Amino acid sequence: MSNPSGRSRPPISSVGLVALLGWIGLLIALSWWMAQQAYRWLPVQASTAAPLVDGLFSFETGIGTFVFGAVVSVMVWVVVMHRAEKYDETDAEPIEGNTRLEVVWTAIPFVLVMAIAVYAIQVNTRLGVLGPMEHIHLANPVEEQGGYPADRLPAEQVEVIARQWSWEFRYPDANVSTTELHLPVDQPVTFRLVSEDVLHGFYIPAFRLKQDVIPGRAINFNLTPTREGRYRLRDSQFSGTWFAANQADVVVESQEEYQAWLQHAAHQPLQPGLSDAVGEYGTRKQLKNPGWATVPPAPPPQVNVPGSNTLPHDA
Amino acid sequence: MTPEFMTSATFPASPPENRSWTRYFGFNTDAKVIGIQYIVTAFFFFLIGGLLAMIIRGELITPAADLVDRTVYNGIYTMHGTIMLFLFIFPVLNGLNNLLIPTMIGAPDMAFPRLNAVAFWLVPIFGSLLIASFFVPGGPAYSGWWSYPPVSIQNPLGHFVNGQGLWLTAVALSGVSSIMGAVNFVTTILRMRAPGMGFFRMPVFCWTALAAQSLQLIGLPALTGGAVMLLMDLSFGTSFYQAEGGGDPVLYQHFFWFYSHPAVYVIILPVFGIFSELFPVYSRKPLFGYVYVSLASFIIVGLGLIVWVHHFFTSGVPQWMRNLFMVNTMLISVPTGVKVFAWLGTIWRGKLRLTTPMLFCLGGLFNFVFAGITGVMLATVPVDIHVSNTYFVVGHFHYVIYGAAVMGIFAAIYHWFPKFTGRMPYEGLGKLHFLLTFVGANLNFLPMHPLGLMGMPRRVSSYDPEFAFWNVLASLGAFLLGVSIIPFLLNMVSAWVRGPKAPHNPWNAIGLEWLLPSPPPEDNFGEHVPTVISRPYGYGTGEPLVENQAEIERQLTLQEASA
Repeated sequence: MSNPSGRSRPPISSVGLVALLGWIGLLIALSWWMAQQAYRWLPVQASTAAPLVDGLFSFETGIGTFVFGAVVSVMVWVVVMHRAEKYDETDAEPIEGNTRLEVVWTAIPFVLVMAIAVYAIQVNTRLGVLGPMEHIHLANPVEEQGGYPADRLPAEQVEVIARQWSWEFRYPDANVSTTELHLPVDQPVTFRLVSEDVLHGFYIPAFRLKQDVIPGRAINFNLTPTREGRYRLRDSQFSGTWFAANQADVVVESQEEYQAWLQHAAHQPLQPGLSDAVGEYGTRKQLKNPGWATVPPAPPPQVNVPGSNTLPHDA
Repeated sequence: MTPEFMTSATFPASPPENRSWTRYFGFNTDAKVIGIQYIVTAFFFFLIGGLLAMIIRGELITPAADLVDRTVYNGIYTMHGTIMLFLFIFPVLNGLNNLLIPTMIGAPDMAFPRLNAVAFWLVPIFGSLLIASFFVPGGPAYSGWWSYPPVSIQNPLGHFVNGQGLWLTAVALSGVSSIMGAVNFVTTILRMRAPGMGFFRMPVFCWTALAAQSLQLIGLPALTGGAVMLLMDLSFGTSFYQAEGGGDPVLYQHFFWFYSHPAVYVIILPVFGIFSELFPVYSRKPLFGYVYVSLASFIIVGLGLIVWVHHFFTSGVPQWMRNLFMVNTMLISVPTGVKVFAWLGTIWRGKLRLTTPMLFCLGGLFNFVFAGITGVMLATVPVDIHVSNTYFVVGHFHYVIYGAAVMGIFAAIYHWFPKFTGRMPYEGLGKLHFLLTFVGANLNFLPMHPLGLMGMPRRVSSYDPEFAFWNVLASLGAFLLGVSIIPFLLNMVSAWVRGPKAPHNPWNAIGLEWLLPSPPPEDNFGEHVPTVISRPYGYGTGEPLVENQAEIERQLTLQEASA
């Protein structure tokens, strides 16, 4: 790319050539290492989507490291080696351009980004076929959202209701509602995302998936958890005063534990679910000078099991 | 350009030149006065926006929401973004346009001097309106600088005069001001160039300004229309964006980003222009591939208009749209890469002088390349789905806006300060300013990337404890950036008041503006506009830029010696 030898007028000495190739080798090694490191910057992989997204990110990190390293190498080389001597007021050799070089450095980025784009489209397509098996078209195909075709019925459907500021999860088959999302591991699940007030974002970092929840639409959204554990669900689309506190926990557990939890939950009486906003709103009202105006939080949803959002989570 | 045209531009004959400092505080039609008015006003708001950033980073140095109330935090982050974009970066760039475009192309003034002054005076008006919104009942707008409905039309107190309403009025006025400015800049560049200055003899800064201002003209009507509809939803009960009235909140996102993505190019294109002007001066070499660099700006304009959907890949757009807008977005890296490589080709085997402006350019380029790489990552849909609306995006655009654009603007200010004030800025303070800015910006914005990858959403007033480490680093970087402005202000004020007198061409640069005295007279070249006979950036070629160049320079030197 920004190979310095390509531009130097005097033919490069063999020592210089070896040094240059050595440096490029070093950059490639560094890029390879960074690509491996990239996985460690991300949360644990807890869905079928996560390895695909992480693989693409790692690939991009590798290429990005090489490009950045090459450009910065040229900059540092120039700053160290091509400084004007003290009191040298003269100009440098006037090189106004080089058409062949310009064509090359137009073509190389083009090929690189198209390679990344093809890889990304492949990942997109694979994310789209990761959903469940049966194909049944819904009335309105416009509502196919979330990177997956939603035109199939899943094994399990969970209704997600986003509010200012709480998350409610309903399991219509089991007649259970909760403010802590429970999912069986390795089972495809479809969510039906609705909002009662403003835009919200349904975002579980460990799953690498995110979908805006839009008032006036019911959006079907599929995923398959792959790792047992406790993860955070965060609101990712600014939703007003308690946006930051609008979090819930997602518990991925074995099929047996999940069924046991559902059975237990179905026998619990309805009670107020979790809503940090409601609690904070109460204490805030006591204050003499609480701050600026806010929309009052919706009352906590009535659920069978509130669950918890204070336990340690894996991601 | 016809002689009649020039006459109409300066008619009626201007009153005797007012060279006292008071002219900066009134309705003045001299582009050089307006330019300085823009820049000083912009930096006034920069200080306010920066103060808000300090409060944001103070809140985020600990996980809990414990410094200010959440409502206050939301108002402050909203106003930080709004002020920095609409009251700092656009005005400061228009200030540079006003100073540089007429002097670089040899025009006596802008094409429409009074329109120019009106466009400027709208800035303090809508600026005051925005600041006033801090003091209305309920506080200022709090829905972020995107102002997505329905949050932005919730109006908790129900008053007719509210922070969000004032915000929308101010943004609409800002749009009007920018359109007035754009009409002026485009007309001036197209119609008022010096004899002999064809498009391919025009400095790259003017190419980029032309490209950026064309984008303003194409994009701003969409934003202004979208904002007016939002104001109607907020204040007059329409339901363009309200689902319960048959509207669609996602429609607003299209209007908003159709302009606001190109707005990023309105910001960065002139900064590319600054890099293209300054690298040749301080490397003593011509700009590498001048024609390619000039045309690349317009390729960026074309592509920049068809990428807006990448801002809401997660908001319910079909798969084909995701793929299309991803590919369009990634293509932008090609013309941008052409520019980056051209700058590298320019400094390669040059005779570098690491003056303050050159340091800011090199630092800006470093940050820009980093931002470009995270930009390609963000363009790819699967990665974007994970990191959109997280701190990864916040880190990315602060690298673009602060790391590249603001550093380029500082480079431009140090470089052209002697031309327009007639005084030399101090190198020592300038280099200190560079060092603090470069270290502060990287310490502030690099930690935001791991935070976003870990899943910390943007715009949060509190966060889970696992995010604390990187947030502490980011806050320390922010406070360092806060300090970095002190040597800059000290430098500007003291240099203007009592700095050494500047000669007409202290950097030995090539360009029409450097053939004017420092500071230039009110009508620049007046009747004696030189005829351009070669391309810009002829460093080392020995070719003069204009006819009788030696004579013009001898006159200027004589003038300086006798002064």
